[in-house]
Amino acid sequence: MAMNDGNGLPVVTPALTRNDFVSDHDVRWCPGCGDSAILAQVQKVMPELGVPREKIVFLSGIGCSSRFPYYMNTYGFHGIHGRAPAIATGLKVARPDLMVWVVTGDGDGLSIGGNHLIHALRRNIGLKIMMFNNRIYGLTKGQYSPTSELGKKTKSTPLGSLDRPFSPISVALGAEATFVARSVDTSVTHLQQLVRRAAEHQGTAFLEIYQNCNVFNDEAFVHLTEKTVKADRQLMLEHGKPLLFGANNSKGIRMGANFTPQVVEVGDGPGKVPLSEITVHDETVENPAYAFMLSRLDYPDFPVPMGVYRSVKRPAYEALISEQGAAAQAKRPPQADEMDKLLRSGDTWTIAKPGQG
Amino acid sequence: MEAQQPETPRPIPRPIEEVESVVIRFCGDSGDGMQLTGTEFTKAAALARNDLSTMPDFPAEIRAPAGTLAGVSGFQLHFSSQEVFTPGDQPDVLVAMNPAALRTNLMDLRQGGILFINTGAFSAKNLEMAGYKTNPVEDGSLDKYRTYKIDINKLVHLALADTGMSTKDIGRCKNYWALGLMFWMYNRPVEKEEESIREKFAKRPDLAAANIKAFRSGFNYGETAEIFNGSFAVRAAAVEPGLYRNITGNSATAIGLVVASRLAEVPLFLGGYPITPASDILHELSTYRHLGVTTFQAEDEIAGIGSALGAAYGGAIGVTSSSGPGIALKGEAMGLALAMELPLIIINVQRGGPSTGLPTKTEQSDLLQALYGRNGEAPIPVLAAMTPADCFYAAIEAVKVAIKYMTPVLLLTDGYLANSAEPWLLPRFDSLPKFKTHFRTDPEGYQVYGRDPATLARAWVKPGTPGLEHRIGGIEKHELTGNISYDPANHHKMTKTRAAKVAGVAQDAGELLITGETQGDLLVVGWGSTYGAITQATMAMQGQGRKVSSVHLRWLNPLHPKLGELIKGFKGVLVPGMYNGQLVRVLRAEYLVDAEGLNKIEGKPFKVSELCAAIDASIKRVN
Ligand code: SF4
Repeated sequence: MAMNDGNGLPVVTPALTRNDFVSDHDVRWCPGCGDSAILAQVQKVMPELGVPREKIVFLSGIGCSSRFPYYMNTYGFHGIHGRAPAIATGLKVARPDLMVWVVTGDGDGLSIGGNHLIHALRRNIGLKIMMFNNRIYGLTKGQYSPTSELGKKTKSTPLGSLDRPFSPISVALGAEATFVARSVDTSVTHLQQLVRRAAEHQGTAFLEIYQNCNVFNDEAFVHLTEKTVKADRQLMLEHGKPLLFGANNSKGIRMGANFTPQVVEVGDGPGKVPLSEITVHDETVENPAYAFMLSRLDYPDFPVPMGVYRSVKRPAYEALISEQGAAAQAKRPPQADEMDKLLRSGDTWTIAKPGQG
Repeated sequence: MEAQQPETPRPIPRPIEEVESVVIRFCGDSGDGMQLTGTEFTKAAALARNDLSTMPDFPAEIRAPAGTLAGVSGFQLHFSSQEVFTPGDQPDVLVAMNPAALRTNLMDLRQGGILFINTGAFSAKNLEMAGYKTNPVEDGSLDKYRTYKIDINKLVHLALADTGMSTKDIGRCKNYWALGLMFWMYNRPVEKEEESIREKFAKRPDLAAANIKAFRSGFNYGETAEIFNGSFAVRAAAVEPGLYRNITGNSATAIGLVVASRLAEVPLFLGGYPITPASDILHELSTYRHLGVTTFQAEDEIAGIGSALGAAYGGAIGVTSSSGPGIALKGEAMGLALAMELPLIIINVQRGGPSTGLPTKTEQSDLLQALYGRNGEAPIPVLAAMTPADCFYAAIEAVKVAIKYMTPVLLLTDGYLANSAEPWLLPRFDSLPKFKTHFRTDPEGYQVYGRDPATLARAWVKPGTPGLEHRIGGIEKHELTGNISYDPANHHKMTKTRAAKVAGVAQDAGELLITGETQGDLLVVGWGSTYGAITQATMAMQGQGRKVSSVHLRWLNPLHPKLGELIKGFKGVLVPGMYNGQLVRVLRAEYLVDAEGLNKIEGKPFKVSELCAAIDASIKRVN
């Protein structure tokens, strides 16, 4: 079991169980909401991380997903709409010893809080950001979101939405994210794995989770998750393995001219492409172009990739800021009278007592 | 000491006229070094124990072309043998280094004032850039002043001809030439200044020598040129002895925050976003990383306060500094801070509004925003600094109250305080009272919103403390557990409790700052940077036998518990402010008093004379 405190540092703690992470708040999500499924998996993974409960903070903005912190028996901070990454950044800079999780949604994280999200990613600050993407505004009762499909009919767009959605994964990659992954609320084991991977990452981990809002946008992902189509429509990313999908892994992704991906039948024989020509997944590629290419694969032309798109090593912001502070202190070590020196910095002069000059 | 002592010009007997106080303004192109001339002359006045106050005036444009009106930079100094509260209404002496400077500053010079003109800069091109049709040096338009026309350009070149310096470099020395002349004019000792030049140019001894030469040449010119009838002297004021430095409001704010964090023994975190005129607080704190200060330039104003709040949640003193437009963006997060009852310092270095308004000019027009500018019932303690050095003490007070009462606190300063400087009698760190910060670690009986009965503050708990894990947020909370509560009676009670807590800050309000008697005809009520002008005007009118007093408010919320009683002792109440009447509304609402506003919305501080006239008129009205 990986024992770390969110910064790769080992810690020793008494063994905790899933129940230790269940708070006394009543869960108020609608029955059947995908949020509850995600909560269950996160609570299951937490004890495995080996981080003491009091060292964990869950922080959120506003929206259905943002109720998450209330249900985790850790420290929890329910913030304001869109601002969780900003608040969490201050917390992580001030307290690098804490493991800080941010729970957000497609509206909270990509619309009102888009600016904070991209800058957190750009800085590579040690936050674990889980974005529950249900392609709708749930808490405000059903308006289209930045990830809703074009032409979406909702309360605020009765004639259909006119603005193109964007992909959270593409946005994250464009913002220089060092860890980018996607899972689905109902993929129990897969989701657990990715939560664990996010926890272990240094710097910002961005995990998009397709989440079903059974009240305002039911079955938004059923075209991908339904048993009979799942194999054909999801591409399970595995580091070092070729991009294969379909029943018996009969199909694959090959790179065509101009870095254009193609779906091909894999195998020997007429019309088929040998396995050696199938692109091999490498999440550690420095250039984000490869991961970005993956993020553009979408239904119906392509299978939708699930798993870790990108995981590269870069120093975390909070570590850099601590180092910089330590270096400044090494250059000018603490002194007993440093406050008086501070007061007296700059030009000073003495006015003697009258008669003394 | 250096081997070769500079020869000190020997004064030949010439009358020295003694004057009580002088207001002098140096102005020139941004490249003329007038800020340096001003600050050096200020130091000399300070060393001569004059009381003083200064005001720099920077151009609004970043790099205005040389010689243009937009590129004029000025520095005003008021020095006196008496107590001084403001940089002075009108200069008695104006030093204008080019036509643009003359054009933009001459109207401020008092009738019959002394005018020094660098005629060397009055070329046809410069005159045209300044918009002069005829040359004021020659057309007689300056006859109403005691005008000294001096070709400083030429004199500097003559003085430095043998240095081998380029014409351009020699031109750069003219500010020291002007400074030297002023040193002669006001009988300042030259040795200290020459030492200071040597220190300033320690890495370039050639420049040090050149500037000293220029400085001495200016001094000698006063000495030998036949054009001056005599010089002036301003006696020492009753200045408190001790160690002094000059300090601007932004600098004092920054240092105050660092010192406050040491007094509280809690680390300091500043989350900010660049904005005029507050950026210098971010800049200065960024140089104190070795003192354990953390600064974070956020992606926007909201992230500035958001990160500060996150740091406060983590157990740091969270600070965000901004100006009006930025404060508008921070409103929601301020509400969150007060709902979560976490300490947080929000600094508003006010500037002219609304919208982008007048970024480089001063105003007090964010008072109502500070008091009421948030959704819901959202009281926040609000205090204001009175002078540049007072920003230091106001910052400490803000931090102290924020921690003691577990509340966001808004500190108001303004563009005038931010950039002007005054001599500051430095306190010793160990003379400043420490304040205790308590982080709860005991899980026994912990209630997230349980309160200290004396302050109504809830406990500050750092994440990482075992057994105290809890969840809080902006949704209304149960009065004890902090769990989400939509219960009507609970919301009523929580709203009342939050209000009572902020009202309770009055316990720490100290004494009211009153100038004069507690009864009389007129009470002038002020706050913030109008302190100097109001106090000086009040004292001046008291000197003329008027029954006027002034009171200056440190806290705008809560108001001082004794203010209502004080107001009752006067027939009338005058409330001057750099806005369209804001405090006056508060006082009327709070005390049902027929207070009258005196509003100035020009982006400029009050003049003492304006206030004297208003006081006079008000007293006539109430009698
Ligand atoms: S509205 Fe949708 S997202 Fe929100 S709790 Fe209900 S089902 Fe879940």
